[in-house]
Parts: sequence; C-alpha cells; structure tokens
Amino acid sequence: MSVNNTEMAVRYKNNFLKELEDQAEMGEWIKMCMQCGVCAGSCPTNFHPGWDHPPQEIFMMVRAGRREEVLTSNSMWMCTSCYNCYVRCPRKLPITHIMHGIANYAHRLGVAPKLQPTRNFGKIFWNNAAKTGRVNEVMLTVDLYFRNAEGKFDLMGGIKKALEMQSVAIGLVKAGRLNPLELFGGHKCKDQKGLQSMLKKARELEETRKALKAA
Amino acid sequence: MTSIVATNQTILVVGGGIAGMTAALEAAETGKQVVLVEKNPWLGGRTAQLYRYFPKMCHPTCGLEINLRRLKANPRIQVLTMAEVTGISGEAGNYSVNVTLSPRYVNNKCTACGECSKAVNSEIADAFNYNLGKVKAAYLPHDMAYPQRYVLDPSIIGTADAEAAKAACKVGAIDLDQQTETVSLNAGAIVWATGFQPYAAEKITPYRYGEFKNVITNVEFERLADPHGPTKGKILRPSDGKEAKNVAFIQCAGSRDENHLRHCSRFCCMASLKQTHYVQEAFGDEGKSTIYYIDIRAIDRFEDFYQKVKANPNVAFVKSKVARISEDKNGDPRLWGVNTEGYKRYSEPHDLVVLAVGMEPAVKGMAIPAALSEGIVADSSGFLAMNGNTGVFGAGCATNALDVNRAVQSATAAALRAIQVVNQVARAEN
Repeated sequence: MSVNNTEMAVRYKNNFLKELEDQAEMGEWIKMCMQCGVCAGSCPTNFHPGWDHPPQEIFMMVRAGRREEVLTSNSMWMCTSCYNCYVRCPRKLPITHIMHGIANYAHRLGVAPKLQPTRNFGKIFWNNAAKTGRVNEVMLTVDLYFRNAEGKFDLMGGIKKALEMQSVAIGLVKAGRLNPLELFGGHKCKDQKGLQSMLKKARELEETRKALKAA
Repeated sequence: MTSIVATNQTILVVGGGIAGMTAALEAAETGKQVVLVEKNPWLGGRTAQLYRYFPKMCHPTCGLEINLRRLKANPRIQVLTMAEVTGISGEAGNYSVNVTLSPRYVNNKCTACGECSKAVNSEIADAFNYNLGKVKAAYLPHDMAYPQRYVLDPSIIGTADAEAAKAACKVGAIDLDQQTETVSLNAGAIVWATGFQPYAAEKITPYRYGEFKNVITNVEFERLADPHGPTKGKILRPSDGKEAKNVAFIQCAGSRDENHLRHCSRFCCMASLKQTHYVQEAFGDEGKSTIYYIDIRAIDRFEDFYQKVKANPNVAFVKSKVARISEDKNGDPRLWGVNTEGYKRYSEPHDLVVLAVGMEPAVKGMAIPAALSEGIVADSSGFLAMNGNTGVFGAGCATNALDVNRAVQSATAAALRAIQVVNQVARAEN
C-alpha cells in the first residue's frame, strides 16, 4: 500500500494539485474550491487550538504547491466527520471525504504525523479488526493504553490509564460489550479464510485503481 | 365584462415591472397595439419597491414617473392589472390568450380620496412593504400606485367592513358585485417579463431568517430606509425598534450556491454597497456597515462606486462567507465564520443583519402554458431562454439576473423582436 514519497515528489514536480487529483481519493474536487470560508466557519472544532489549517486553507496551500506542509499537517486528522462543511459547501465539494483522502495519501507516503491520536487509533483499530473480522476490545485497549507518547510499550502508564477508565470498563462488561477473557483470544467471524481473501482482493483492486490513475 | 381590443398584430406584454413597462412603451411608441398584463393592482413591480437606485442614488419614483407619463399619453397601450395569463394557444403571429382578472371591487370612478380606508377596520399584511407592516383592507397599494385607485381585499367581501367602505365612498366607485372573469384575446407576439422573486431566505437554515427578528433581507432593508416605508425611513431593527447603527451585510445569501441558487445574482453586491449609504446618511459617523463577501462583483463602470464605498472608514469588508448566525441575549445577531484573509476566526455581534438575497426567476415553478413551453426553455437556474422560432420573447429578470438598467436594455431588445413578428403578420395580410 505504501508509496515512495521522494518518487512522487519528483514525478509531480511543482504540481501538487495534480498529484492529489491522481493519488488522493476525491482529490479531483480540490480545484473547485472558491475560498468562501464556509467550511472553516462551520467546523465544530471552531475555537479549539491544535489544528493547523482549516479546509479551505489546506485547499489553497495545495494549489500553492506547499506539499510538505500539507502532507505533514495534522489538520486532516482533526476532522471529526460531522459533515457540516460537506452539506454547507456552496460548490458541493465533498470536503469531509477530501480531507480523509489527503490524510490517507499522507499515511501511504509515510509522512503523516506519526503519533497523531486519530491516525494512531485508526491504525490500531484496523489491525485489530482485520485480524479476525471482529474487534477484540480488550486487545484494542491494551494496544492503545500501554504505549507512551513516543509509541513505546509503557506498563505503568497503561495501568494508570486502565484504572482511570475502570468504571467505563465495568459498565461495558455488565452490558455484555466487553469480555475480559478475550485477552487470551477473541471471538471471530465464521469464514476466516474468506475474510482474508476478501481483504486481499480489496487491496488488489485498490492498487490497480491507483496504479491506473497514476499511469 | 371587460372589453379588450386585440388582433394578431397586437403585442401582449406579461408583467408590468420595469421590463414589461419598457417593452410595452417601446413597442407602442413605434405604433404597435399593446396589451400589458400585470398581476399586482399596480405597475412598477419590484423597482417601485426600491428606495434608491445605484449608482446615481436617485429615487425610482423619478424614473417610474417618466414611464407612467409616457404610458398615460399613449392610447395604444391597454393596461390590465390584477390580471394573470392562464392559457396560451396558437403560434407566432397568431396566439390566443386567456387572461383571468381578479376583482378589485373598485371601479374607475375612484378618486383615491381615501374615505373607504378610513371606514374599514380590518387590517391585512402590507404586501408592498414586504409584509413588514399592516394596511387597512381597503388600501392604496403605495403613494405612486398606477392606476391611482384603491383596492378592497377579498377577505372583507361579504362583511360589514365592505358595506362600510361602500357607504363611505362619495363617488360610487365601490362595486362589491365584481367577479373573477376570464377574457380571451389575440396577440401576434408575446413578451414574457414576469421578473424575479427574492430568494426565500428561510431556506438558508444557518442564517435563521424568520426565526431571528433582526435578520432581514436586502429588499426589506430598502423598505426600512424608504420614508414611505413602515418605519418612515428610520433604520430601526424589528425586534425592539432600536436604531440599527451597526449593520452587517451578508453577500451571496443563496446565490452562487449549488444548494440554493447556482447563479450569481449580479445586483446584490451593488445593492449592499448602495445600502451602506443609507446607514451612513442616517447615522453619520456612528453608522457602521460591515460587508461579508466572497468577492465583490461591481461590474464594469460600477467599480468607481465600489472604490468610493471602500474609501469610507465607516464601511468594513470581511472576505468570508458567514457560516452561521446565533443570537445574543440582547437580540444582537452574532456572525460566525473565518476571515479567509489571514484565516482568522471571528464571532461578531451586530445590531442588524441584512441578507443580500439573490434573484430567483418568477417563472421557476410557474405553470407556463403549453404553447409557450415549446418555444421557450429554462436554463439550469430556471431563467427563460429562447429555443428556435417562436413569437414569445423573454425580457428583464425572467431571462437573467439583471439590475434595472440591464432589465430595461433587455426589454427594449425583446420589444424589437416582438415588433418584427407582428410586422411579418401585417405584411402577410396586405
């Protein structure tokens, strides 16, 4: 799935907009932005610090060719997928999907901010769910909590976080949503072989589509 | 029965706004017979409802008066008010048209003395002032109304109010027995000048028009500034009657928006720039205007007007499409968004918000008679466009988003095309 960052930068020299049109999902919409600012103003993350650039600024930066700044930005990862911008955009740009498309592309290039919480959780969740077709809540929590800010295994930090979340965990156990025994192997969907070959096929199709676009 | 003289050399003009009046006058002044059909009880359309024109800041009453004088002086124009075209059949050079006339309950003996209005108690919404106030149910639509005749609202017919109005009339002008009637007439060519309606601002849900009283539209603001309007020309905000000294204008309210009107309505930038003059004139240096815009489209020679407003220190420009409006406890509408020059987030309270709503063609959603729809198609915004050989011609804002000046040009062009059709008819008969 990964793409070589330097190779792409060279191939699309000075044309970052074209690069995203070819490589990022929904990237072909970016040029339609008329810079009205309604997406940024509609974002529920409004006066919160921590996200570098609102969507229309990202789109303008794309046009201005500020490749590295865009791809390493945390902005696309801060999207909460509320779709406010999507429904209000006067040019009907699928802004939520464009943001996700750029985020995914940055991820494939390997330049997205490493431990950005959304990206980190997304990776852990996917690896967990793709293994058996079912989410193992216990292992998900372990993978998420027992890591420090640098991404290293952290026993004491994990225990501390687990204790903080104790009441939530007990609630989940009582409601039958969390089985502590899954620490030793979780439930699975029926056709394990079928699931893996389906995921493999999906990956192949995705690769072919992207290769066609890039050609 | 209303009698109308019309032949297949007559030009029918549908709509008596500035475009329809112009087309009718231009055609009649070349010697053609014209029937002018207007839905309202008065002529002048939305132009008559403006306070001032841009760019010269003169009053529409002036321009309209010239047209009305031309109209009164011309025996070749027959004006039908409170009339709607309900059917058209035939082809270029030979149309048969049905016109439905609603009763005014006041005949042409009316001297506009106003006694009937004094006698009537019930009130109705003041349509001329965009329902911002109330008028008596026996009313003169506005001071400049042509024909200068009162109207009885159908809601009082059969009540004591109607009898009181009749009794008060000294000249016997009130006729309570008038009925709706349909007349049919011939026409060789038709000019379709049904104009526009301001976009329904309540559809732009984040702006909360209709819910927050201090969010109004640009056409309503015209009435607020007009001395003949509901506030006698004082710019008072609707919620508490406070002087609105800090006014925000939101451009492209509905226009250039695929969710609403996909076209640029063209006039709204100039209208808002013009309306900053009203604020300045009413309150001097205390009157502050802020224009929130995507880009200012002051086309060709209007650039000078824009530059002058821009130089006024009491007018601020914020490059941003406002995302949403909330309301403070004191009734101030608060605007939220991001200024795209520097990407700064803002949250600004104002006394009053004016939505610069765009033009929606009145023909959109209107049942256009079948014979017409063959020759006429609508573009993706619903404006009329010509399609092949027809004797029907669009004029004014039925064809495009136009300001008064361009609507007049468009009407003159349509009149010329209509004249060509009836000239061919005349030659064929010779």
